[in-house]
Amino acid sequence: MATRARKTRSDYGRPYLGHEGQWSWILHRVTGTAVILFLFVHIVDTALVGWGPEAYDKVVRAYHNPIVHLLELGLVLALLYHALNGLKITLIDFFPRLARHIRPIGRATAALFVLAAIPTAAIMLKQTYDLWRA
Amino acid sequence: MTTPGEILQTSDRREVRARPDRITLEVVIRRFNPERGEDSWWDEFRVECDPLERLVEVLHQIKWYQDGTLAFRRSCAHGICGSDAMLINGRNQLACKVLAQDVAPTVRIEPIRGLPVLKDLIVDLEPFLQGYRSVLPYLINESGEPERERLQSPEERARYDDTTKCILCAACTTSCPVFWGDEGYVGPAAIVNAHRFIFDSRDEAADERMRILSDKTGVFRCRTTFNCTDACPRGIEVTKAIQEVKRAILFERF
Repeated sequence: MATRARKTRSDYGRPYLGHEGQWSWILHRVTGTAVILFLFVHIVDTALVGWGPEAYDKVVRAYHNPIVHLLELGLVLALLYHALNGLKITLIDFFPRLARHIRPIGRATAALFVLAAIPTAAIMLKQTYDLWRA
Repeated sequence: MTTPGEILQTSDRREVRARPDRITLEVVIRRFNPERGEDSWWDEFRVECDPLERLVEVLHQIKWYQDGTLAFRRSCAHGICGSDAMLINGRNQLACKVLAQDVAPTVRIEPIRGLPVLKDLIVDLEPFLQGYRSVLPYLINESGEPERERLQSPEERARYDDTTKCILCAACTTSCPVFWGDEGYVGPAAIVNAHRFIFDSRDEAADERMRILSDKTGVFRCRTTFNCTDACPRGIEVTKAIQEVKRAILFERF
């Protein structure tokens, strides 16, 4: 028995195997960042109205392609997740007693997200397909 | 003669399993020695032990018979002193409350995260304790000494019962992603100990503590990831306690 084996350097960066709340928190940050990056673009393209409807139309028309449409699907899903998870967090903030039931609440939030995401994705993917064919 | 694992019958006809066989546990430990350099490294040890042996005893086997340079904190070894909180297989746990069979065949042990490592599994707890001290974790009552005990109803006592269980092992605070990123955050353990006095009917400094905790290093840094609640070896509902303090600050201070 008792053999001292090889030594290995590094092997960092294994994630902490935390609560589901840790992963939902990371997703909340990622989706939040994605949404705010969109907002920057959105503010710029909306401001183009100041240069007249032609300028606005010209730029917004560039969005009518399948790739941007897929990005829009991503945006909708990010917003949906961020909104639902935000409501979950708010719920726990105002009713600390619910903290005990965070796991079922988290699962319900995930289920709501999936339920809303499926038809959204179906509709938008069909539009993407139409755009791609056109 | 019984063989290990054999099913035996007791005199009252219950079935029990004979004392289980010994197992070989592979223990992978993140080592660090400031005198050897700035990098940490992993060491692997093989320890033959009883499956019901606690991990702290497995570490003793290593330290006493294989590598005397291994450094780790432990004191009571019975889950009360809170000395041996470690990152065990990706989760903060007390080495004295984890059995070899729970982690077999391989266990990876690292120092708890978010605090400076001094050597091997020993971290500098000072930032953690600073957060603890900052919330005035002691009874404050300036109304003069009472003639008898300060009486408290069972309901008033129950209000903060959960948070009296803290043993300051730092498992919660060092499981918190916010604390990893911001050492200024007082951390879950400090808030738990503030909660213990804020909701104590005999204490008079709740306002002062809530003022401290409404600061930008206080309770509102919490993002309710619930890692702390999972990590607490005493089963304290840490996130719930933090949320109660947040709510108290929200509704009583403003």
